[in-house]
Amino acid sequence: MNGSKSSIMRVPDITNSPKVMENMKLLKEIPLGEMLIDRFQNQFDVITANDIPAVTAMRKEAMNHFISNGFPSSSDEKWRHTEIESLTEENFQYYLKPLDSEQDIEDLFKCEVHDFDTEIISLLNGWYVNKHAGLTTLPNGIVYGSLTNAMKLYPELFEQYYGNLADIQVNGFVSVNTAMVQDGVFIYIPDGVYAEKTIQIIKLIDKKEQLFVQNRNLIILGKNSSFSLMHCDDSINHFSSLINTVTEVYVGENAHFNLYKLQNLNNQSGLINSTFIHQEANSTTKSNTLTFNGGMIRNNINIDLQGENAHADVLGLYLMDKNQHVDNQIYIKHNAAHCTSNEKFKGILDDEASAVFNGYIYVARNAQKTNAYQNNNNILLTPKATINSMPFLEIYADDVKCSHGATIGQLDQEAMFYMRQRGISSSNARLLLMYAFTAEIINQISIEALRKRIDDMVKKRLRGELSVCEKCVLHCGSPDKEYHFEIDMSKI
Amino acid sequence: MLLNIKNLHVSINGKEIIKGLNLGVNKGEVHAIMGPNGTGKSTLAAAITGREGYEITQGEIWYKNKNIIGMPAEERANEGIFLSFQYPVEIPGVSMTNFMRTALNAQREYHELPAIPAGEFLKLMEEKKNLVEIHSKLNNRSVNEGFSGGEKKKNEIFQMAMLQPSLAILDETDSGLDIDALKVVAKGVTGLRSEENAFIVITHYQRLLDYIVPDFVHVLFDGKIVKSGGKNLALELEEKGYEWIKEQYHAGS
Amino acid sequence: MENNPGTNILDEVTQGDYKFGFYTDIENDFAPRGLTEETIHFISAKKEEPEWMLQFRLKAFRHWLTLKEPEWAHLHHRPINYQDIIYYAAPKKKELASLDEVDPELLETFNKLGISLDEQKKLTGVAVDAVIDSVSVKTTFQDTLGKHGVIFCSFSEAVKNHPELIKKYMGSVVQYTDNYFAALNSAVFSDGSFCFIPNDVRCPLELSTYFRINAANTGQFERTLIVAESNSYVSYMEGCTAPMRDENQLHAAIVEIVAMENAEVKYSTVQNWYPGDKNGIGGIYNFVTKRGLCKGNNSKISWTQVETGSAITWKYPSCVLMGDNSVGEFYSVAVTNHYQQADTGTKMIHLGKNTRSTIISKGISAGKSNNSYRGLVKILPNASNSRNFSQCDSLLLGDKCGAHTFPYIQAGNETSIVEHEATTSKISEDQLFYCNQRGINTEKAIGLIVNGYAKEVLNKLPMEFAVEAQKLLAITLEGSVG
Repeated sequence: MNGSKSSIMRVPDITNSPKVMENMKLLKEIPLGEMLIDRFQNQFDVITANDIPAVTAMRKEAMNHFISNGFPSSSDEKWRHTEIESLTEENFQYYLKPLDSEQDIEDLFKCEVHDFDTEIISLLNGWYVNKHAGLTTLPNGIVYGSLTNAMKLYPELFEQYYGNLADIQVNGFVSVNTAMVQDGVFIYIPDGVYAEKTIQIIKLIDKKEQLFVQNRNLIILGKNSSFSLMHCDDSINHFSSLINTVTEVYVGENAHFNLYKLQNLNNQSGLINSTFIHQEANSTTKSNTLTFNGGMIRNNINIDLQGENAHADVLGLYLMDKNQHVDNQIYIKHNAAHCTSNEKFKGILDDEASAVFNGYIYVARNAQKTNAYQNNNNILLTPKATINSMPFLEIYADDVKCSHGATIGQLDQEAMFYMRQRGISSSNARLLLMYAFTAEIINQISIEALRKRIDDMVKKRLRGELSVCEKCVLHCGSPDKEYHFEIDMSKI
Repeated sequence: MLLNIKNLHVSINGKEIIKGLNLGVNKGEVHAIMGPNGTGKSTLAAAITGREGYEITQGEIWYKNKNIIGMPAEERANEGIFLSFQYPVEIPGVSMTNFMRTALNAQREYHELPAIPAGEFLKLMEEKKNLVEIHSKLNNRSVNEGFSGGEKKKNEIFQMAMLQPSLAILDETDSGLDIDALKVVAKGVTGLRSEENAFIVITHYQRLLDYIVPDFVHVLFDGKIVKSGGKNLALELEEKGYEWIKEQYHAGS
Repeated sequence: MENNPGTNILDEVTQGDYKFGFYTDIENDFAPRGLTEETIHFISAKKEEPEWMLQFRLKAFRHWLTLKEPEWAHLHHRPINYQDIIYYAAPKKKELASLDEVDPELLETFNKLGISLDEQKKLTGVAVDAVIDSVSVKTTFQDTLGKHGVIFCSFSEAVKNHPELIKKYMGSVVQYTDNYFAALNSAVFSDGSFCFIPNDVRCPLELSTYFRINAANTGQFERTLIVAESNSYVSYMEGCTAPMRDENQLHAAIVEIVAMENAEVKYSTVQNWYPGDKNGIGGIYNFVTKRGLCKGNNSKISWTQVETGSAITWKYPSCVLMGDNSVGEFYSVAVTNHYQQADTGTKMIHLGKNTRSTIISKGISAGKSNNSYRGLVKILPNASNSRNFSQCDSLLLGDKCGAHTFPYIQAGNETSIVEHEATTSKISEDQLFYCNQRGINTEKAIGLIVNGYAKEVLNKLPMEFAVEAQKLLAITLEGSVG
C-alpha cells in the first residue's frame, strides 16, 4: 500500500467528549439483561396490554428461555468473533411506551431520494410515528402500519403467522424481543397484488440517553404478489443505542420479495438485526444488506426455502472503518427440491475495522436438484483490519450442485500500476478499484433510482466525504449534487 | 442379421419419442439415419446401447440373435456395440491409458480371455492413435478433459479402433467438426470398415456421407423411419431439405 | 432402462471388505483397566522411564482431569468411558536367542499385513518401525540410517538414548494443554517413533511406522516426533490397521514435527483402522492431534493423508508457519462409507512473512456416513505477503450420506491473499453411462471415477503408498452405490 492513504471515512470522534463519558459512567449500573428481566416481571401488565392471548403466551415462553439462557456471549460458537458483551453489559434505558415529548418525525428528518417514490413508515426511538396512528390501506388492498394496531384488527393473521419463524431458541436477542417488544411494522400484501411502490421503513434514534430499542416486523406476501421493502437503520445523534430488530417475512407461492437494508449508524451504536424469511414454492427473494456505518452490527438472515423451485439471492456489502464491526450470519436452508440460492457478500475494511461472515447452507435429504452458491470477498486496507470468514456447507442430498468460495486480499497492485502509468493518481486509482469491487453488489439493486443513490453513497463513503449531518446521515435529499469521481475517464 | 429392431417404442418420462421403428442391419453394411432435430435419432442410439431412463414400452431389439432389451449397458458393449457419443463426457483424473486398459480388459474378461500385457497394450494404443492422427500425449490426459471438440470426436473414433466393435453407432460425430477433422474421423471409420462389422451413422447433414459412403439412408421423422433409400437419398435431402418429407408424411397419415 | 444392473452386484459385496480384520493370539502384559495416577506410574515403570518423563505424564494427566471432551465437531457417538479402557498392552517378551530377534509370531502378524521386518527381504528403500498395541517391536535399517547420522527408533528407546532431544522437542509443537486428547495422550502414551535428521542430511530411506492395534479393550496412544535440522529432508509414512471387533476402541495419538531452516518434511498417512461393520457396529475412534512447526526460514512441511478407516475420525494435521518463506501443505482424501463419521481437515497458521499454504481436500461420502472438512487458515498481522489457497471438494455417493464443509478463515494482514473454493457434487450419470458403454461395469466405473477425483492427492503419496491407497479407495466404496 502506498503512502497517500485515504480512509474510507472520517467522522469526528466524540467518544472522548467529557459529557458523553460522564453520561456513560452514571449509567453503568445494571446490565441490560437483568434490567429487562426485572422490567418484565414488574411491568407485565404494561407489556401485555395490547396483546392477543397467543402473543402473551409467547412472551412468557420467550422470557423463560431468556431467563435460563440470557444474551449470547463470546463463548458461544456463533458469537465468538463479535464481542457482544461490550453492549449487553451496558446500562440502557428501555421505554415501554412512547414519550410524550417525542418530536414530530418530519421535523427531524425527511427522506427524499430523487425519483424514488416510496410509502414511508417512520419509527422514532422504536415507536411507530404517524399522524394517522392506525393502519393505512392502499387502493390495491395493501395494508401497512403499526404492529400493535394490526394485532388488534387482525388477530387471526397473528395467530397464524406471528412468532412462527423467529425461533426464540436462536439467541437471547430473539427471545427478549419476542418477550418484550412493543411496536414495529406490519405489512400485508394480498394475493395477486403487485406493489408498485416500495415501502420504506426509516428507523431513527434520537434521544439524549443510552437507549435499548426493540422492533418487531411482520410481513406477509400473498400468492403471486410482488413487493419491495427498504429498511433503513439510522441514528441522528452521537448517543449510544442498541437496536434489536426481529423481522418475519412470509413469501407466498410464486410471490416476489425484494429487501434492501441500509445500515448507517453512529459508531457508538449497536444493531442486532434478525430477519427470518419463509419461502413457498416458486417464490423469489432478493435481499441486499448494505452496511456503511455502525459501531457493532450483527445481521442474522435466515431463509427457509420450503417450497419447490424457490429462489433466494442474498447479497451484502459492508464498508467499515475505525473500530467498526459487522457480523453477517446467513443461514439458508434448502428444504425442498429444485431450489436455488445465490449468496454473495463483499466487504472493504479500513483502519481497525473488523468483519465476520458466516454463511451456512443446509441442504436437507429431500432437497434434490439444489443449486446453491455462496461467496465472500474481502479487501483489507490496513494491517489492523481483520476478517473472519466462515463459508459453511452442510449437505445431505446427493444430486446437488453446491459451491462456495471466500477470498481475502487487497487491491490489485498491477491494476494500480497500470492506472498510475496512465496518469491517474494512486489515491484515485485506489478509489476506482474499490468502487469496481463494490459494483457487483450495487448493480444487483433492481430499483433504478435507488441504485443510483446507493451508488452515489458508496462513492462518497469510499472517498471519505460522507459524514454525519445535522439531520440525516444519508445525504439522500440532495439530488442536484450528484457525486462524480474527478477523473478523466478517457485516460483509462 | 446383425441387428434387427422390430416395432420399437421408446418413452422418456412417459413421453413417447420412438413410435414403432423397424430397422435391419447386416454385417458389412453402413446405414445412415438422417432427420431433423428432435425426431428421436439420439433416443434410438440410447435404446440400442441400453441407457437408463429410456423406457422401452413395446418392441424388440435383436442383436447377434439375442433380444438385448434388459441387458446391462456394459454387457452390450462387451458384446460389441459401440457408441460414439455426440457429447463425450469428461472424467477428471482418469487417464486415457487407465480408462482404455480397464475397458479393454473388461471386454477380454467377458470373453474369458486373459488381461492384455502392458507392453502389448501400449503398442496397441500407439498404433490406433496414428489411425486417427492423434499426435498429442493422449495417454496421460484425463478422459476428454480439456479436449477440443475435434479432439473429443477423434478420441471417440480412437476408442472404437481400440475396442473393435461389431456394431458401431456414430451419433452426430460430424457435428462441430471442421473439414480437416471430419476427414480424419471419416478416414478412421473407413479404415475400420470390414465385412465383419456394421455402422449406423446418425447425422443431420449429408456432409459426412461424402466421406463415409452409406449403403442405405433412412429418414427418421416423428419416431419412425418414414423413408429409406440408397446414398442418393442423402443428396436429395441436402438439396430439398426435410420439408418435403414432413409434407409427405403428414399427407400420408 | 428399467433395471439398474449395478445395484445387485454391488449389494453382494458389502461384507468382509476389511482385509486386515484378523487377530493374533499373543500373550500380553496388560495394565489394569481404568485410568488413575497409578496407571501412569505403572506405564512409566513398565517403560523404565526417568523421573522427568513420569512428571511430564502426571502434569498432563492432572490437566486432563480439568478438561471436557470437545463437542464442536460434526460427530455423534456414545460417550467414551475412559475408565473402561486398558491403557497399556504389550506382547510378553519371550526368551530369544539374541536381543535383536523378534518374536516369530509378531513377524508373522506383520507379514500378514504386508509389512516385512526382515531387512534382507525388503526390496524398496523403506525403514520400518513396527508398533503393536503399546510397544514398538522392531525398527529396521537402524544401522544404515545411523551411518548418515539419522536417528530412527521407537519413542521409548529415544527417551533412554536421546533424552536431551526428547526433552527439547517433546511437547514443543503440541503442548499437553493443547486439547483434551492431546492431554490424554501426553499422560498415557505408550510408544511410537522418533526421527531425527541432522543438518545437511537428505534421509536415504523412506521412514515408516506401522501401527497395529491387536489386543481387545485396549486403547492405543502413540506419539511420534520428527525433528529435521537445517537443510535436511525426510519422507515419513504411517500406516495402521486393527482387528474387526464389535466394540469401539480408542486411538488418540500425537504427531509433532519440527522443521528447521531449509528443512523439508513430507508426512504421508494411509489410515485404515477398522471402520466398523456395515451396520455401524465396532470400529476405531480415532482422535489424533498432528501438527508441524516450520520453525526455520524456508522450511516446508507437507501432510498427505488417505483416510479410509475408523468409525470416527477427528483429525486436523496442521502447520504452524513460523519461519519466513515457510511452506505448509495439506493433501487429503477422506472416504466414509456405511456409518463412518469423519471430521477432518487442517489448520494453517501463518506467522512468518511470505509464508505459503495449500490445502487440497477431497471428501467422498457413501452409505449412511457423514464426512466433514473443517479447516482453519489464520493469517497473523506479521505474516505479510502470505498466501493460502484451499480447494475442498466433496463427492456424494447415494442420498443417505452427508458431506459438509466448515472452513474458518481469519485474516489480519492486508498484504496477504487467501482463496478458498469448494464444490459438492455427485458422480454424474453421464460419466457412469460412458464407462458402461465402454464395457466397464458400474462398480469398476465408480472405482475409476473416484480414483480420478482423488488423483491430485494420491499423486502426492510416495510410490509405495500410492498403489495401496488406490486399492483401498475402491475397497472402501464397495457396496456404496445402489
